[in-house]
Amino acid sequence: MSTTASKVELARNAAGRMVPAYVNGREQRPYSGVNEPPPTGHKAAPPIRSSTQYPMNGDKRVPNLATALKQCGLRDGMTISSHHHLRDGDQVALTALQTAASLGAKDLMWFPSASFPAHAPVIDLMEAGAVHHIEGSMNGPLGDYCSRGKMRGMGVLRSHGGRWQAIQDGEVHIDIAIIAAPTADPFGNANGSHGPSACGSLGFALADSMYADRVIVVTDNLVPFPCVPWQIQGNNVDFVVEVPSIGDPTKIVGGTTQITRSPDRLLIAHYVAQFVRDAGIMRPGFSFQAGAGGIALAFVDYLRRYMRESGVKARFVRGGSTKYLVELLQEGLTGYILDGQTFDLDAVRSIATDPRHVLTSPFTSYNFHGKGFFNSLVDVCVLGATEVDVNFNANVVTHSDGRLLHGIGGWQNCLFAGCSILAVPSFRDRIPVIVDQVTTLTGPGELIDVIVTERGIAINPRRQDLLDAVKDSRLPVRSIQDIQRDVERICGGKPQKPRLTENPVAVVKWVDGTVLDTVWQVSG
Amino acid sequence: MATTANTNVTACEAGRFSPDTRSDCRVVFEPRNAGGIEIELQSKVAAYYGESIRALTQQVVSALAVEHGRLQLHARLLIEDAGALPYTIAARIEAAVHRAGLAKGKRFLPERVALPAPSARDRMRRSRLYLPGSEPRYFVNAALHGPDAIILDLEDSVHPAEKDSARILVRNALRAVDFAACERMVRINQLPLGLEDLDEIVPEQPDLILIPKVEDASQVRQVDERIAQVQAQHKIERPLWLMPILESALGIENAFVIATASPRNVALTIGLEDYTADLGVVKTATGAESLFARQRLVNAARGASLQAIDSVYGDVGDLDGLLAWGRNARAMGFEGMGCVHPLQIAVIHQAFAPSEQEIERALKIVAAYEDAKRRGLGVVSLGSKMIDPPVVNRAQKLVERAEHMGLITPETRARAAAPPPAPQAKSEGGEG
Repeated sequence: MSTTASKVELARNAAGRMVPAYVNGREQRPYSGVNEPPPTGHKAAPPIRSSTQYPMNGDKRVPNLATALKQCGLRDGMTISSHHHLRDGDQVALTALQTAASLGAKDLMWFPSASFPAHAPVIDLMEAGAVHHIEGSMNGPLGDYCSRGKMRGMGVLRSHGGRWQAIQDGEVHIDIAIIAAPTADPFGNANGSHGPSACGSLGFALADSMYADRVIVVTDNLVPFPCVPWQIQGNNVDFVVEVPSIGDPTKIVGGTTQITRSPDRLLIAHYVAQFVRDAGIMRPGFSFQAGAGGIALAFVDYLRRYMRESGVKARFVRGGSTKYLVELLQEGLTGYILDGQTFDLDAVRSIATDPRHVLTSPFTSYNFHGKGFFNSLVDVCVLGATEVDVNFNANVVTHSDGRLLHGIGGWQNCLFAGCSILAVPSFRDRIPVIVDQVTTLTGPGELIDVIVTERGIAINPRRQDLLDAVKDSRLPVRSIQDIQRDVERICGGKPQKPRLTENPVAVVKWVDGTVLDTVWQVSG
Repeated sequence: MATTANTNVTACEAGRFSPDTRSDCRVVFEPRNAGGIEIELQSKVAAYYGESIRALTQQVVSALAVEHGRLQLHARLLIEDAGALPYTIAARIEAAVHRAGLAKGKRFLPERVALPAPSARDRMRRSRLYLPGSEPRYFVNAALHGPDAIILDLEDSVHPAEKDSARILVRNALRAVDFAACERMVRINQLPLGLEDLDEIVPEQPDLILIPKVEDASQVRQVDERIAQVQAQHKIERPLWLMPILESALGIENAFVIATASPRNVALTIGLEDYTADLGVVKTATGAESLFARQRLVNAARGASLQAIDSVYGDVGDLDGLLAWGRNARAMGFEGMGCVHPLQIAVIHQAFAPSEQEIERALKIVAAYEDAKRRGLGVVSLGSKMIDPPVVNRAQKLVERAEHMGLITPETRARAAAPPPAPQAKSEGGEG
């Protein structure tokens, strides 16, 4: 399974990128374009169980995680999954892996829906041999560890929708799912909306609960049956473990999310809002998505003013929910919030009390291998990127020097919105964001419609409709090459190419499970 | 020139570097007896521009220290870089070398962006954004926020120990940074230091010099003469305007003689922090304590046909307070204000925008004037009222500004000047 030892077989995919033919022992399909041939076969399924195997009184509690893991049949080489709704406050995923290690398990694959700085000690477990590799987002120390080629297996980066697809299609089989739950009952019903460690939604854990062989719910707020709402259904759960704390609530949700104070970023947000208005996207019954980043929040704030001025109301907004979206809902400027994850306390309160603030999962919002996914119904999505090239391809996973930086999150899935906008500075501290070719391809240019920078707005020439829609506006619409020329003049020419080795350390999956690009080990 | 190796000089440095620093660098220059130029580079952007920074460093050192085709200098340069742009790196190297007492009078001038058109004497000066002259990170995007002018400040925002280095940085910024449609202003230091600033700055053809703490006409005349000298030396014919800043009781008393001290004067402005300190009073939100000074300044400026420009509003967080202050300033006769943060610009523009009624009336006056002109009438009248030439003049200016501010379209303005279609003329003729 080691990727560092032998030469890796590579193939050129439809985006022109060299990608490994095998990843962690599994044969891969190279990316074949945004419209793949229809998939065949059937979905994966967990083993059939009988209720006779579980206590008829519904009490699935065991004393601790070690007992639960043992009773799940923990073995070397298993895949252990976790979700990231507790973000940097999560203590459950790390504790579960450490407990598995203390039970002597080796070569585990950790399959988180995302990792955070709090999970950096997993490096020790990889060094000790307990964890073989990670398939999930890696940043900070984990990203460095992987980028320097130290991980034994290859990292696999998937979007939220792609993670559902991989589980559902059987590309990843979860042996044991660990579900940290802010509230649960002894039967295993669980939710994220209530309890001292409330995090809002538990949508990222839903696939794990449905497809894993074994499911352990870990909670610090056990309530008698029924735990309602049951975002996770106890009927899928094997064991319930009660612990004093599942995490640090101050890091689970930010107290208040803050709009950026940076004048340059505010300017970008203002241009985005003006574009959405002037291109005619902002019309009665429209929908939009915006995350919790500084620019996205400021965009919501500006757009809200325009909506008030013109009396336009949205049918729904897609979160990453924050105070700003909650205020829109309460003011009647949107009919619904369709929530994927919950970023601040206002949003957590709202999701617990307001029926118009609706929980979603990657299945309803993002899964490409389904009978549709609602993010393609969203009129406009505002996203970030680390690099964008002159063909509108974008990178969100690596720095320009090739080091892993971010997970994909819902980013790839959001590109299917009616209009996808990347709101980015044209350069950061002399590092150009608009480049000739992105270091790591994460989103194909044919799905990226508009790049908004502080130096102007570039519209993808494929979107003549958008170009026409704003041609009489006062917006600073320019070609992307024109903005790139500005940036290169300011920064002192084109940047040097990053120095990378020929050793792949991770792959970027496209939403359909094909391999879009490779992350190469950095040199030095 | 002392460009030969000099063992008496120890290491000198310029610029700044800390974990929080952005877009600046620290250069340590250590002269040596032999060994040529050794460069040690620690840069956040080494992976992208390391080679380019090394090449630039060689270029700057050569420009400063090559004489008779030979490098007259041996040194070790340490550059700790937080993503400084090339013109900043060059300025920091030059400052460090000069601080070592070497390459006196020698410069490295970065490539120049195209000079914008010269600015008109009476151009719109609603907002002027102050940029501390030693903080390069704010320069490159300043114009994007749309102020009428930017001020590269060498005075109060620059620490006394950094004056030499800031002067070089501002000179380079005037060459290398594209400030787009902004009027490019520089606030020099108080005299006599400010005169030395002019030697470095004037060759780079800024549009306007702000003279701080002016109390009498002779200060303005000294600046005027120095500018004339430097311009003659560099054969510069482009206009360079002056805006004296009155910041004391004496300055206010002498407002008119100051206003008329130089034909380069285009505006007077006031510095309320120093003025209130001079009076020994507290600066308040309503500005009652400076009412006389501000009125005096408006009157003196208008008496000399200059623009009166108000002080800055220091509380960046209070945009409502800024709007109220700006509206009041406009009502008093001021035509603009200073800004210390880009977020203040749009608010100031809103405060100094004419109201719809004002624009509508001005359009009617312009239409009446054009009509009278077409019909060969000496007297302009609107309804039953006679309109005096200064009123027409003011209305024309207001319409022009309103178009510039985007409050009316060029078509609206053109319609006002064109002969009205007959039926409409009749119906409007009855209105007064």
